Amino acid sequence: MENLLNIFISSIFIDNMIFAYFLGMCSYLAISKTVKTSVQFGLVMMFVLLITVPMNYLVFTFLLEKGALTWISPGLADINLSFLSFIMFIAIIASVVQLVEMIVEKFAPTLYNELGIFLPLVAVQCAIMGGSLFMQEREYANLAEVSTFALGSGIGWFIAIVGMSAIREKIRYSNVPAPLRGLGITFIMAGLMGIGFMAFMGIKL
Amino acid sequence: MSNLATLTNGFLRENPIFVLLLGMCPMLGVTTSAINGMGMGLATMFVLIMSNILVSLLKTQIPNNVRVPAFIVIIASFVTIVQLFMEAYTPDLHSQLGVFIPLIVCNCLVLGRAEAFAAKNTIWKSLLDGLGMGLGFTFALTLLGSVREILGSGSIFDYKFIVGDGILIFILAPGAFIALGFLVALIRYLTPKKEVNIEK
Repeated sequence: MENLLNIFISSIFIDNMIFAYFLGMCSYLAISKTVKTSVQFGLVMMFVLLITVPMNYLVFTFLLEKGALTWISPGLADINLSFLSFIMFIAIIASVVQLVEMIVEKFAPTLYNELGIFLPLVAVQCAIMGGSLFMQEREYANLAEVSTFALGSGIGWFIAIVGMSAIREKIRYSNVPAPLRGLGITFIMAGLMGIGFMAFMGIKL
Repeated sequence: MSNLATLTNGFLRENPIFVLLLGMCPMLGVTTSAINGMGMGLATMFVLIMSNILVSLLKTQIPNNVRVPAFIVIIASFVTIVQLFMEAYTPDLHSQLGVFIPLIVCNCLVLGRAEAFAAKNTIWKSLLDGLGMGLGFTFALTLLGSVREILGSGSIFDYKFIVGDGILIFILAPGAFIALGFLVALIRYLTPKKEVNIEK
């Protein structure tokens, strides 16, 4: 339990996807213009991460990893398919996103109208793929840890984009030097927020 | 468009980083030093050229409604090749770039060029476009990497020219944002007014 809490807190604050690893910058910059869309997009990200990362974990441990196929027959213990992992991860992410889009469209049309446009965008989002790659790299022990990590990363991304959009809404009323307007000042604000998040570094529960 | 224009287009007029703003994640993530930025740029350039060629070759064979998944699979295969190659021949660089090599798959630049250029043009033109865009990307990454390395550790391409440490923050993650913010502002300041599209 303590371990899970540790993973949860560190994936939100310390290993924040945006401020520590810059994952998902393109949509982060494009969408963080208003708070409303940021909240919606953040929720979609959280949701997709929470589905795809555990799913990729299962595929990786039971199909791709070295010796993963022993559950079929012991003779397959030497097979190592991990070189296929990128292709598998991206294929699973793309199909899950497609599936989610279809299900949401069928059963919750109002939700689809609000979030639908973001879903295809999410399919090729570095943060989603990054979540799966970190899961592979950090060697989490079981499904509970992986799910906690996915949830934490999603929340971290959500906090980052909502905070940024709130600042961007306010900064419209400030007199920013002309060349810095738009992207320049956004990057600098992200840097300052990143310094804030660095204060959490080294915290262990 | 002439062949030369196709080649220089990606380098200057449509520089992927400073003008098109594509491929931001590796841009910020790996540029802790000039050499890292350059390595990442070259790896991306290889994937870009090869995927552009292959997409252009297969453009009449791929049905229109499944083209994006098909492009992604093509890109992912080349990324796997690059990753295995770097792991074998440049293990130091590979461990420094870490998770960002597999993330070339998600680089909007590569998919964007496949979709916007290679799927509509001849093989030769697609190759030139991949080369031009790749060079522009490498140039931008090396530039930001150099700025961060000079400020952050007082060296360039591992050649140290000051005694002691630099400004540590520029090596860390927030420094990437701040350095890029000022770089973008500088480029805006230097480009003629009429081309600048100031969004607020």
